[in-house]
Amino acid sequence: MINYIARRILLLPVVLLGLSLVIFTMMQFLTPTQRLTAFISDPTKLRGEAREALIEMHGLNDPLHVQYARWLNNIFHGNLGYSTTVSQPVTHAIATYFPATLELVLFASIPVIFGGIWLGTLAARRHNRLTDHVVRVLAITGWSLPTFVAGLIALAVFYGVLDWFPPGRVSTWALPIIHEMKHYTGMYTIDTLLNGEFGVFLNVLRHLIAPVATLSFVSWALILRITRSSMLETLRQDYITTARSKGLPERTVIRRHARRNALIPVITASGLLMASMIGGQVVVETVFNYKGLGWWATEAARQFDFPAIIGFALFNATLLVIVNLLVDILYVVVDPRIRLS
Amino acid sequence: MTTLKKLLTNPISLVGTLLLIGFILVAALAPILAPPPRPAEPYRIPRSGFKIEPKPPSEDHPFGTTEGQYDIYYAMIWGTRTALRIGLVVTGISVVVGITIGSLAAMSGGWMDEILMRVVDIFMAFPFIVAAMVLATLLGKGLDKVMIAMVAFGWMGYARLIRGDILAVREKEFVTAARAIGANRLRILFRHILPNCIFPVLVQATMQIGSMVIWASTLSFLGVGAPEGYADWGQVISFSRNWIVASGGNPFRYWYTLIYPAGALVLFVLSWNLVGDALRDILDPKLRGRM
Repeated sequence: MINYIARRILLLPVVLLGLSLVIFTMMQFLTPTQRLTAFISDPTKLRGEAREALIEMHGLNDPLHVQYARWLNNIFHGNLGYSTTVSQPVTHAIATYFPATLELVLFASIPVIFGGIWLGTLAARRHNRLTDHVVRVLAITGWSLPTFVAGLIALAVFYGVLDWFPPGRVSTWALPIIHEMKHYTGMYTIDTLLNGEFGVFLNVLRHLIAPVATLSFVSWALILRITRSSMLETLRQDYITTARSKGLPERTVIRRHARRNALIPVITASGLLMASMIGGQVVVETVFNYKGLGWWATEAARQFDFPAIIGFALFNATLLVIVNLLVDILYVVVDPRIRLS
Repeated sequence: MTTLKKLLTNPISLVGTLLLIGFILVAALAPILAPPPRPAEPYRIPRSGFKIEPKPPSEDHPFGTTEGQYDIYYAMIWGTRTALRIGLVVTGISVVVGITIGSLAAMSGGWMDEILMRVVDIFMAFPFIVAAMVLATLLGKGLDKVMIAMVAFGWMGYARLIRGDILAVREKEFVTAARAIGANRLRILFRHILPNCIFPVLVQATMQIGSMVIWASTLSFLGVGAPEGYADWGQVISFSRNWIVASGGNPFRYWYTLIYPAGALVLFVLSWNLVGDALRDILDPKLRGRM
């Protein structure tokens, strides 16, 4: 097991290098002038003859391998260029917006994981009965409903009908308080609590409800389907029959014997879940005007803010690779068949 | 023949099949159902005026007009063609690329297999929608760019699937027999191996068509896809963003700006998913546990 984990960790730099190569290749679709924007914080500098000189100065006509090496070097020094959409360096923008996104994803994963596992188990136990059918129909609806349509419906219901809150991350009145207070994590729910601002905390929480509900509704079909099919598979095993025949209560059979084994594929799926949530979050943040990474990326894409979207791609892909690595390691640690071999 | 029969006797897959046929008919009959005012540019949605506020359904506009007076009915009819085209083209090309690379890896084996599969891993490391959004923006936006970007990051699943199946089939007796007769590798691949492992890929592809249409319309919604005024469901839905909430007193006042295009999109995706689900059960019972 240690061998496997060590090999996976040693492979990490290779995968990251591959990622950077793919992104670098995609960047070659841009003209040197467009790539120049990564270095310039003042767009007026791009006019006139100065441009040619700047292209020359930053070596954007150099051979590709030279450019690639220089680009990697820049990344290692935390220099990803300047994002014109939010008027700050890309690294700053990522640091500003990532906590908001993380907050959203963390809150959404709670109902997705626990709700998905619970409903999946329920459907498997009542296989082919009414509960099972209802759960399956719900799952296929969540799966067929595009995230942005679900988001728009949630927006119409929560804001239009119930008038609970406007879109955004926090109400306007709370902004000065948030600006004044001390930031520990950048996640407003935690920071407001640590600062003792309960009024603002409740406001932040209310703003989270609709985006979190949307993101979880479109994501939980995956966990539910996998739990259900894996539970069905496990319940057919001989040791389950043994457990039942020795008189164990059904509750114990399900919880201790079946579900623990059935959850192993679910762990693998959580990597997929992260990927789908990263995608979903882009849409959800845009619909609810929730200022996180995804919102920033969409604004950047609309305004051709190349350094921003390249930085966004690089950050997200790296994040996903690391999450998947952790999932794989967890998988090995959890599964005794692999752990003990 | 039995496949078709099974597809039509199960009530759920029957609904899916009928819906799908309906969409195909609408797409085929688009010029009759909604004659384009400018036949040279049928995909451009006609607009009556430039007022921002949507107008409710009327005689001239059976489904109303959305933000900027674009006719919703017209956009839906021609949007069906856009959706079908995106789904079929993106999935079709992805399948061909995936099968080519997957077979190449499986048939070559050794370092070639290793390299190709690592390339697959690296492409899979990107969250699909993020990668497609970034590549489409870098290519300069627009529907064709979106389609290229979606193929670029959409072929890997098929490559993995076909490679695994080829590796399993390659060791079967009938392949050994073919090799013993002296058939060359290409003939073995095309005549003996591929026909035996293509079905899971085709089922997977059917299931993916719906998702591809969702992703393409998502990109249009985010402002990376279809240019303004192009008949595309995702874009028409994005026009409704400002109207379904800002409507003092009556939140459902502009319901038609969202319900019609979103309904079309959801039903379209649902029909492919239902057909794909049924095909999976019919053609390949083994696959059920693997999804």
